[in-house]
Amino acid sequence: MSFPVIKGASYSLFHTPEMTVHQGSNQTTERYMNPNSEHFKNLQKSLRSFDDFVKYPPNQVYIGNIKPDMLKCHKRPWYEHPMEVASTDGNFGAIYTEEELIALVKIVDVFDLVVLEESFQAATKVKLEKRQELQIIDKYLSKLDNKGVDFAELESMVNEQGAEGMYYSGRLVGCVKKAHAFDAVLTAHVMFENLVSKATAVVNLLQMFTKTKLRPRDIDYIIETSEEACGDMNQRGGGNMAKAIGEICGCVNATGSDTRSFCAGPVHGLVQAAALVQSGIYKNVVVVAGGSTAKLGMNSKSHIEKNMPALEDCLGTFAIHVSENDGISPIIRTDVVGRHTIGAGSAPQAVITAIVTDPLDKANIKLDDIDKFSPELQNPEITVPSGAGDVTLSNLKMIAALGVKRGDFLKEDMERIVNEKGMTGYAPTQGHIPSGVPYIGFAIQEIMNKKLKKVMIIGKGSLFLGRLTNLFDGVSFVMEENTVSEEETTTVSKDEVRSIVAEALKNLAKSL
Amino acid sequence: MDLENQARIKGFADKYGKDLVIVLGAGEAQAAELAAETVTKGDPTYAGPLAGVQLELPVYHAFELKESVEPGVYEDQAGMMEMVLDVDALNEAVKKFRA
Repeated sequence: MSFPVIKGASYSLFHTPEMTVHQGSNQTTERYMNPNSEHFKNLQKSLRSFDDFVKYPPNQVYIGNIKPDMLKCHKRPWYEHPMEVASTDGNFGAIYTEEELIALVKIVDVFDLVVLEESFQAATKVKLEKRQELQIIDKYLSKLDNKGVDFAELESMVNEQGAEGMYYSGRLVGCVKKAHAFDAVLTAHVMFENLVSKATAVVNLLQMFTKTKLRPRDIDYIIETSEEACGDMNQRGGGNMAKAIGEICGCVNATGSDTRSFCAGPVHGLVQAAALVQSGIYKNVVVVAGGSTAKLGMNSKSHIEKNMPALEDCLGTFAIHVSENDGISPIIRTDVVGRHTIGAGSAPQAVITAIVTDPLDKANIKLDDIDKFSPELQNPEITVPSGAGDVTLSNLKMIAALGVKRGDFLKEDMERIVNEKGMTGYAPTQGHIPSGVPYIGFAIQEIMNKKLKKVMIIGKGSLFLGRLTNLFDGVSFVMEENTVSEEETTTVSKDEVRSIVAEALKNLAKSL
Repeated sequence: MDLENQARIKGFADKYGKDLVIVLGAGEAQAAELAAETVTKGDPTYAGPLAGVQLELPVYHAFELKESVEPGVYEDQAGMMEMVLDVDALNEAVKKFRA
């Protein structure tokens, strides 16, 4: 059996302090309940500069400039110990300013809903023109050639016509207009969220084209796995974010669809991508997701209380390329896929059994054979102060504890197992973003450099948030060193020859 | 504590009064303490329906009920998490809110 491979991954971050203040759901709720809340003044004071954001160690890990293991020895708190050497350009992607993002939201808007103030638009256009990855979509860049609006007009759109304001460095520089007079899912706020998600996913997919050999025309299928929903009042989650992203990126030979399962969505998307490739339906599938503005500053009150910077000030994105077996890239073991079934139960032990040990047992792989587990990778510096604990560490401890209960590990080895087979979380708390997938870029490198053999990617999702079921969700798969030679991937394998000969003999026997 | 959960607990308290027992499954002592405080002294964040409402309900962490649960069920549901979480800290965080 020739397994599909993961050929490449890209990861980018967008620094969004103003969106944190204006569009994070924690802040929009506070504004609704208590418009004069002290929280807004405190939050403003707790926002980080772009420079601090770039030098923040977990952000340098996310874009691929340092390995997650290096965070273990980096002095904490990380926000007080910036990287001495840091870059906005990463091995896997890049870090963008809020100024760039606002202009990108206009670039990806095909319904003329986005309006920018003229001087802001002109100045930002000059900056974006220098970005190599955006040359791929130069025809869309020309949208910034049209004249912007003056400030008074912009102010009137936001204050009198219900447009969603976009701010940069404390001033109103643009807005997203509502897309319908009274449709609740085409409001300015919803359109803003969807356009930002689209823009961030687009730019990160362009990063993949500049950092890997994949070209827009090569892609056959796109699976979008964010947590947004686009549609109208008659089909609230109608979709299709995937094709909207692919259209801007020039993926003219691709189609696509959206996959949802809260934070577990990306891993579901990757399992589907693997199946589509292995079945031969498509050769090249990308799984993508943009960022979520609603989650900005979710725990900012806790951070402010503890005199910390408001660390949830960015949007995260990823793109993963799944392709036919090339004999080189790490394979996806489609025979080792974990799934939390409807009947599995929601106790942590039941969940970990279903998504970690059941698939391994089925394939006769020992728990100890997995070199790295990549569960939810939330940055603990964000979650611990808010009382949510170190999510990554808890997940790793659960895997080790289950191993102890089953007799795979000794109890006294738990800490060592967690250290050796785990990592420190480093991803922004963007729901679908931290759920297992951020490590795939490093896993490709480590497996190809023979440092690791097997890596398990685990996604988990809290379905009860949608108030339709109390069920939990989880899905996993194993990435493994590719031991299939290139010749075998392009010619008929021995098994296939045996099967052809057997078939011929059967037919011969019948005719006799 | 989640505002929706606060509303549900308030609704149950109105219906069942002091017969209602709250069992928490929080994984962090800080979160357990906040939840226990919310169902006894009222929502300390003054954001939800239990703000200023002193229900004084009996509250326990699930780990405290080990002896009251059939051993096999406890082992299946909470055995693994006993090895993962700080059981003593969680129990202490909740215990102090019981009269």
